[in-house]
Amino acid sequence: MNNTQSTELLFELSRPGRRCHRLPVCDVPGSDAPLSSLIPAEHLATNSPPLPEIGELDLIRHYTNLSTRNMSIETNFYPLGSCTMKYNPKRHERLAAMPGFADLHPLQHDDTVQGMLEMLFEMQAYLAEISGLPAVSLQPAAGAQGELTALYVAAAYFRDKGQTHRKKVLVPDSAHGTNPASAQLAGFEAVTIKSGANGLVDINDLKAKLGQDTAVFMITNPNTLGLFESQIKTITDLLHAAGALVYLDGANMNAILGITRPGDFGADMQHYNVHKTFTGPHGGGGPGSGPIAVRDFLAPYLPVPMVVKEGDRYRLNWDMPKSIGQVRTFFGNVGILFRGYCYIRTLGPNGLKEVSEHAVLNANYLRSRVAEGYEVPHPGPCMHEFVASARSLLREKKVRAMDVCKRLLDFGFHAPTVYFPLVVPEALMMEPTETEGKDTLDVFADTLLKIKAEDPEVLRTAPHTHVVNRPDEVKAAKEPILRWTAAAKS
Amino acid sequence: MSYVPNTPEEQAAMLERIGVASIEDLFANIPSGLRLKRPLNIPPALSEMELQRHIASLAARNTSTSDAVCFLGGGAYDHFIPTVVDAIAGRGEFYTAYTPYQAEASQGTLQAVFEFQTLMCEITGMDVANASLYEGGSAVAEAVLMALGVTGRTGEVIIAESVHPEYRATLATYAANLHCTVRTIPTPDGFLNPADLKATLNDATVAVVAQSPNFFGHLEEMKAIGDAARKVGAVFIASFDPVCTGVLNRPADYGADIAVAEGQGLGVPLAYGGPYLGILACRGEPEYIRKIPGRLVGQTTDRSGNRCWVLTLQTREQHIRREKATSNICTNQGLLALRAAVHLSALGPHGLRETAELCVRKAHYAQQKLCAIPGVQPTFPNRPFAKEFTVRVNANVPQVLAKLRAAGYLAGLPMGRWYPHLENCMSVAVTEKRTRDEIDGLAGALQRILATV
Repeated sequence: MNNTQSTELLFELSRPGRRCHRLPVCDVPGSDAPLSSLIPAEHLATNSPPLPEIGELDLIRHYTNLSTRNMSIETNFYPLGSCTMKYNPKRHERLAAMPGFADLHPLQHDDTVQGMLEMLFEMQAYLAEISGLPAVSLQPAAGAQGELTALYVAAAYFRDKGQTHRKKVLVPDSAHGTNPASAQLAGFEAVTIKSGANGLVDINDLKAKLGQDTAVFMITNPNTLGLFESQIKTITDLLHAAGALVYLDGANMNAILGITRPGDFGADMQHYNVHKTFTGPHGGGGPGSGPIAVRDFLAPYLPVPMVVKEGDRYRLNWDMPKSIGQVRTFFGNVGILFRGYCYIRTLGPNGLKEVSEHAVLNANYLRSRVAEGYEVPHPGPCMHEFVASARSLLREKKVRAMDVCKRLLDFGFHAPTVYFPLVVPEALMMEPTETEGKDTLDVFADTLLKIKAEDPEVLRTAPHTHVVNRPDEVKAAKEPILRWTAAAKS
Repeated sequence: MSYVPNTPEEQAAMLERIGVASIEDLFANIPSGLRLKRPLNIPPALSEMELQRHIASLAARNTSTSDAVCFLGGGAYDHFIPTVVDAIAGRGEFYTAYTPYQAEASQGTLQAVFEFQTLMCEITGMDVANASLYEGGSAVAEAVLMALGVTGRTGEVIIAESVHPEYRATLATYAANLHCTVRTIPTPDGFLNPADLKATLNDATVAVVAQSPNFFGHLEEMKAIGDAARKVGAVFIASFDPVCTGVLNRPADYGADIAVAEGQGLGVPLAYGGPYLGILACRGEPEYIRKIPGRLVGQTTDRSGNRCWVLTLQTREQHIRREKATSNICTNQGLLALRAAVHLSALGPHGLRETAELCVRKAHYAQQKLCAIPGVQPTFPNRPFAKEFTVRVNANVPQVLAKLRAAGYLAGLPMGRWYPHLENCMSVAVTEKRTRDEIDGLAGALQRILATV
């Protein structure tokens, strides 16, 4: 069933005079006086913004029917590699909506938010324990901002030590694009380190580029190919011997909870993606939450404020003279941190370890099934995800990895991450997560194998069952239409 | 519990298929010396009932805006959220989806974001808006990064001291590591005097940042500020309040080049500071569009000619351009942008105007009531304000606020925390939710407290 009612743009549904929300009459004296008696007319608009006018049922139907045009974790297997699309527990949503958490103003006095501060203080401690890095800032709004914040911390540390000549940040070619972008934004120069044929950091290339001008090496471990850098200790020792810091991109923490700790394998700083590892809902593209954990000697540079405990009382500490300052307004994406807290409390130490064990088990099982029909270039076992390649399909049938992805949509599966990492041609990056069962993985693998055998034309013209088929992205970029206008109505 | 569905039998079958004896074998690539050989030192697992009891006990130690009457502002406001906002944002199809990389499987999110972008253009009057940023402070910083790119200049970024102190702090952090000098112009009279601004401008000035209503609640002389910036070719960055656009001039009316805002007032719970959403809208010239940070959704057609939506202009972004990207932003605040769009649609033009009017009328009523109390004066007499204002009291402000808390009021912000010369002042914000009784109650409580000090 394709529900199309009220799915035109809001602006096309608008009818003058319709409305949904109604407000109470003004109960303070003088409510009939013109507004210009309160605010000089030069500041007042002559009319209201031209917002759509919509009745409540139309509004609900519009968004409800639009929502059915999404794939989501709750409706579909969503093996989007590197994004950790696991189940988002319903109980978290209910608890997060409690007025005692949802209705707290960010600038309330510490005495009135002791329960909130306790939760945040404990969350700082849990994240420190899980990473093996003792000092935690919960402030960054997302993983990318966590990276940036950690690089600011590194820059402040090196400035403090008089080592401003350390201008280079080394980034493997398999890294997320945010790594070099964050390095640039933090005032560093990003230098690419090659991966070897085994998908791991090419240590010779690292040695060649490592020097007294190196500030930070940003490494993702497990990396974006789903491989654990087995020489990680050698790598971090090399960096430390050169006086540089090691940053761990924590996007893939779902593979190593309670198994190994970044602080123990030599990372000096890391970020978490609370929305991935600890199940904040991804929200159709955010909100995230990107706390960072660092070694003791970097703690003085962390953003303000931090939650501290004095006796039985919690307070925000703003008095950190060496702090980099703030990277955003207010404390952080507390709503997501709260869900992460609930998750950690629900799972406990054994449950968290079980998460990683089963994320890895599921990935390896799926890998073995997918390998029946697709090339999986790097040897196993993998960690929580793996990268297959559709290059034989391209060679033999002129079918692209994207065609496979589009065809998967027809069978009710969200596509894997495609064409990333850049080091694998026709990459299909799959992360099943621990919350899927064997039967789901089997149906997905069977479908991938079936697709491979299909008429290439069926794949090249897929998807066939969705409301749209292959939007023209070139046209979208060439003649950008970034908003609705009355003239453009079609 | 860990939400793992596989049964022991299934696990055994999977291991056999993989060709290993145990799950442990799958971790063989992690050197044994690096393995954690003890359980994580975190509390043991709680059942759902225990978790709920624990969370309720924490919540009981917080005083929420449902327990006390909230007059706190300073960039986050206790506005009413219509039920439809929670109903729509609570649909799993929206909140458990991710970034719409696969357009065919994400038309719901993509259309909703395209509508959000349009709504942001409508409340600002600007040509283009992005799919959202993190929140109001980093939105200012991102706008300044844009201005550096658009102008190619290396001079100063000028910001008024009346801009939210945490926005200024955020900008300072971003600027500290770039070739970018930020100069703050003092605002001793509670607003940016255009004459003071003009004296700092020159042909190298990158941008001028002003906020209206500003941190004191005052309306700035935005038109004069914009004119001065334009005269030297600097980018005028205006931080605005989205709710106030129901009655006040909008950024395009006063010549903003980039308009940014904290979007929390549009259907987002206070939640102790986040997640919120940053709004960024700007002029439509290609040099601006090329420098926009974050996600953009564009309209196009599919193979059958159907209208549809996709992520577009991605060559600006980190996953394509890496170190040459306009910003490092990856995830935006999609769910909050959805909330803002539903909220604005539920209000419509009349609802937004009525909301803003109620805020303005009630704030002015509150200001008159408070300033009629002996020992209370307006800090900045005759400065126009919208929904927030400051008063000077003849007493120690933190102590007064503590007594007001005891009387059931989250009454205001101690301005001395950010502006030492205003240590006797507090700011008071009044939204459409506050009733006359609550305002009268606050005035009565303050009068009693001041009478006894």
